[in-house]
Amino acid sequence: MSSITREEVAHLAHLARLSLADSELDHLSAQLDVIIAAVARVQEVAAEGIPPTSHAVPLTNVFRPDETTPCLSAEAALAGAPAVEDQRFRVPRILAED
Amino acid sequence: MTADLTSLTAAELAAAVAAGEVSATEVARAHLDKIAAVDDRVRAFLHVSADVALAAARAVDARRAAGEPLGPLAGVPVAVKDVYTTADMPTTCGSRILDGWLPPYESTVTRRLRGAGAIPLGKTNMDEFAMGSSTENSAFGPSRNPWDLARVPGGSSGGSSAAVAAFEAPLAIGTDTGGSIRQPAAVCGIVGAKPTYGGSSRYGVVAFASSLDTPGPLARTVLDAALLHEAMSGHDPCDSTSIDAPVPPVVAAARQADVAGLRVGVVTELGGEGYQPGVLSRFGEAVELLESLGAKVVEVSCPHFAYALPAYYLIAPSECSSNLARFDGMRYGLRAGDDGTRSAEEVMSLTRGEGFGAEVKRRIMLGTYALSSGYYDAYYGKAQQVRTLVIHDFEAAFEQADVLVSPATPTTAFRIGERADDPMAMYLADLCTIPSNLAGNAALSVPCGLAPDDGLPVGLQVMAPVLGDDRMYRVAAAVEAALVTRWGHPLLAQAPGLTSAAAEARSASDD
Repeated sequence: MSSITREEVAHLAHLARLSLADSELDHLSAQLDVIIAAVARVQEVAAEGIPPTSHAVPLTNVFRPDETTPCLSAEAALAGAPAVEDQRFRVPRILAED
Repeated sequence: MTADLTSLTAAELAAAVAAGEVSATEVARAHLDKIAAVDDRVRAFLHVSADVALAAARAVDARRAAGEPLGPLAGVPVAVKDVYTTADMPTTCGSRILDGWLPPYESTVTRRLRGAGAIPLGKTNMDEFAMGSSTENSAFGPSRNPWDLARVPGGSSGGSSAAVAAFEAPLAIGTDTGGSIRQPAAVCGIVGAKPTYGGSSRYGVVAFASSLDTPGPLARTVLDAALLHEAMSGHDPCDSTSIDAPVPPVVAAARQADVAGLRVGVVTELGGEGYQPGVLSRFGEAVELLESLGAKVVEVSCPHFAYALPAYYLIAPSECSSNLARFDGMRYGLRAGDDGTRSAEEVMSLTRGEGFGAEVKRRIMLGTYALSSGYYDAYYGKAQQVRTLVIHDFEAAFEQADVLVSPATPTTAFRIGERADDPMAMYLADLCTIPSNLAGNAALSVPCGLAPDDGLPVGLQVMAPVLGDDRMYRVAAAVEAALVTRWGHPLLAQAPGLTSAAAEARSASDD
């Protein structure tokens, strides 16, 4: 039984904002099917009552003194931008036409 | 003297520069010349920064001439994995999506190394966004293993391991998320260490899996790795997961090089079926060596290590799918398809589709799957529970042993192309290294010989508890000293010379 269908892979690609060619979708579907079957082995472990670990070393909230420190200038922040207009990032339209 | 400078260790170079026996500029030139002579075959570097290196070297020479104090790595060249942001060198992470990007800020690790007087030579090749075990996932082509140019140098820090093994640099920095320093070090016959998670700063290291990513050193000797480890590590307020504690005394431990009375645990689950016979025989000899040096060898069982690999391939892709959302084609890097008619969302999808390579796409998709509602508990949630069980295994093992040992990799370096389109085969390269990433403890790989079946380097992995980094250096230095005495030379002395006719013929016959 296959663990993931081509339709599900296409849906995931949309969720991940990845534009994929049909050939890529075919190839990825087959590979993800194998990989998901392999990683599903984690479900064999009896983990009843075992707490999850998100970080190996315990995390605590970290504060720093409330002092201003130098930060990037607008020029530096914009230096790597694909498109700039009036000292701002220029982006394509974000709303649909209709 | 110039001809010999690239064969010296970092410790020797620092001493020679400090004593005025050689200038930092001469050292930098010798390494730049070596890169020019061999890197068309090794392809360790994506960017060589002669101007940056020579300016830094002249600054060291000027400080010395003025009688000012020199840093611990003054005049020692270092190769920098292309995942560290550098304000004067491009940073691509081996990806088309960042091709030519010049970061507006400097990573903490590279800032510290420059402060210590180290000379940055350039940026080394890597699997795209550090996802891979061979450098074949680099958008700019694979690096080569100096032992056999038809084989991979490991990965993801494979450019760094190849540069050090080819004597293009005495030191290199890498990052280790699932083994990306230890595995390339092992297959190139050099030393590579993953410090305790949080021991070295992630600030300015382009994120792959934030709960696992760990910057660390690569070098030809254990002492050199310790010197680099010490210079690059320590608390950093810019990284919220940075540990606010002193760096473990790794340099002193590397000089101590003694295992008498130390309890060494051999992990039952890291060996046996699926391991190359030549790797297992060299590993067995290394364990016997430790015993002969006075260590007390015990066998320990870590039953959940068998589930570490599948847990890792859920946790790391999940974190990657979230971290790589920042590559949206809006603020930096590539933008594709922005023809004035398309929406931001369409441009974003086209940019990511064009800018990311196959492995990065696979992992983003896998992570998106593992985190999606309906699958979260069965995959990501379960993997996080396995992570807890792996930590419990380590805790129990470190009650019986001061350090744990295993082979660093199940096999020696594989051939370029052999596993390129078989993701599961590629993932197995990190079988032995992944548990320490999940648990956050320190671990390193040190050369323990050549596999009798193929004549390629084998690495011994030494694992130490969280913040017990010094212990692994003690053990590795003892193994290194005993083996160099037994062989009469360092392991790399057996590598084929890259400038020899034999290497040329070997390279030509592989094309």
